[in-house]
Amino acid sequence: MIAPPVHTGRYLGGAAVVFLAAAPLFLAPYATTTLTRMLVFALLAASLDLLVGVTGLPSLGHAAYFGVGAYAAAWFTKNVTATGPVPVLVALAAGAATAAATGWVAVRTHGVFFLMLTLAIGEIVAQAAETWEPVTGGSNGLYGVPSTRIAGSPLDVAGLYWYVLAVFLAGFLVLWLVSRSPFGAALRGIRDNEPRMRALGYATRPYKFVAFVIAGAVAGLAGGLLAAQQRLVTPADLGFTTAALALLAVIIGGAGSLWGPCLGAALVIVVRDVVGPDLGGHGPLLLGLVFILVVYLLPRGAAGLRPPGRRPVREEASRI
Amino acid sequence: MLSWLDANLVSILNGVAIGFLLFILAIGLSLIFGMMDVLNLGHGALFLAGGYLAWAVGGSDPGWGGFLAAIALAAVAGLVCGGALAGMVEPLRRRGHLDQALLTLGVALVVAELLAMLFGRDVRAVNPPPGLDRTVLVLGEPYPVYRLVLIAAGAGLAVVTHLVVERTTVGALVRATVADREMVSAIGVDNRRVRFAVLGLGSLAAAVAGVLGAPIYGARPGLDATVLILALVVVVIGGLGSVRGALIGALLIGQIESLGRALLADAASFILFGALAIVLIVRPQGLFAGPGARS
Repeated sequence: MIAPPVHTGRYLGGAAVVFLAAAPLFLAPYATTTLTRMLVFALLAASLDLLVGVTGLPSLGHAAYFGVGAYAAAWFTKNVTATGPVPVLVALAAGAATAAATGWVAVRTHGVFFLMLTLAIGEIVAQAAETWEPVTGGSNGLYGVPSTRIAGSPLDVAGLYWYVLAVFLAGFLVLWLVSRSPFGAALRGIRDNEPRMRALGYATRPYKFVAFVIAGAVAGLAGGLLAAQQRLVTPADLGFTTAALALLAVIIGGAGSLWGPCLGAALVIVVRDVVGPDLGGHGPLLLGLVFILVVYLLPRGAAGLRPPGRRPVREEASRI
Repeated sequence: MLSWLDANLVSILNGVAIGFLLFILAIGLSLIFGMMDVLNLGHGALFLAGGYLAWAVGGSDPGWGGFLAAIALAAVAGLVCGGALAGMVEPLRRRGHLDQALLTLGVALVVAELLAMLFGRDVRAVNPPPGLDRTVLVLGEPYPVYRLVLIAAGAGLAVVTHLVVERTTVGALVRATVADREMVSAIGVDNRRVRFAVLGLGSLAAAVAGVLGAPIYGARPGLDATVLILALVVVVIGGLGSVRGALIGALLIGQIESLGRALLADAASFILFGALAIVLIVRPQGLFAGPGARS
């Protein structure tokens, strides 16, 4: 992947942050709410990208950690305290704990087996959410979640937006730092050639496990934001469709760059929540068609997903 | 022990019926993956399409004519859809199997949404055909005849599949392709025809299973994901490309789904995950994967 020169990237990133911070000042409340949803979903997509694009582990069960975070934050807000940022930190911990409890099985596999296994794990967690009624409210979900309060007063539309933006930036920064660190370089090595990394003396499974837990923690954080924004959490939020849409966002945006999936997530939210209602609520149909087109037309978008050994000959030769 | 059996007989039989239904689904998934490296995430959508077909052709109280017509239609539709899917996957063959899985995921999302548009969000219940909608006494407990017939049909199909795969030339080709695809094409077998046939027949089985499962599950949005996950767990547990593995995995998952839910309603999901985890730790390639199967 060709990275833009460092300075250009830094200026663009800075401009994006300034634009995002100023957005509620000139946007209508409805548009601000849509932008809030985009940020929530973008953080989920970026956390998934740490797995898919950086580590080469395509997960179809990532919505499980997002949903666990959302349920944890919603339950905590209802029953303990609504003071931010405590609920999202609880969500972060819940996401990390669930990822640790399930990830050690998932990272024993790779490639399409990882896809299968994460899909199964995600669906099992979603089923648990549906059946564990005393805590999760069953198929009705958890509703009537109070607004998040900062300094004693509940947040309004713009306040909620800035709260979500601040948590988003913190979460994104964590992912970015992990990806830039020597640890992140090792993850890229695992993505490109796991047997060689093992031959170099890296214990690849613990590396993959830690990446899985970090991705799960940030997904949980995004889930905490979802609970704050929607003030309602249902089993659909951790279901198969959410996981598939997150993967779609990563693939549209280009796996491995972290910021690309955020743009992909914005597109997914536009199609689902803005264009979708005009299509009679059949946004998923359009997204499915986009998915098919992207797989055919943007192979580079899915570049990080390619298993080693099936790369173009040129790359193969340069490795020897 | 006997009193325990008595109390849970219905759950156990339900588990066997679900298990055979899952076997029909999983055997297609397993052979498609084993023979052509395509993880067909559209398998569940085909099952659901079969269920809706049963409702659309025969109504909620189908006669024998309607039910059999639904099965025949589902077989043809499954074959056509499988062939189309094979054609769609063909250009991606050099791009690695993850892109192919993503393509089938996109197809699954589109098909599920189209079905929801056509049939709405309500549950479409289908009764068994006349004569099979009664109950009989099994060890003193009333039990639906249709499920017993389904068990018998599933067992028959398992035997036939086993014989075809283990005893015929076609079966030898199947086993050889699972073990070493390149070698099979090197000895002059047209790989493309094998791929179209496998995806076509696997999809046929999925759609027919949908019709057969309609009197048990009905047809509703979301069912596609539920059965796809169960079939995937069966394939992971049983081992890819193994008929015996698919059968034993399916019967095991059937019991977890039925008896597990009856005895420990809250913990059934965790038992499912536990079974998966244990198998993966003890035998990462699945219980019955052959020596040639790659993980």
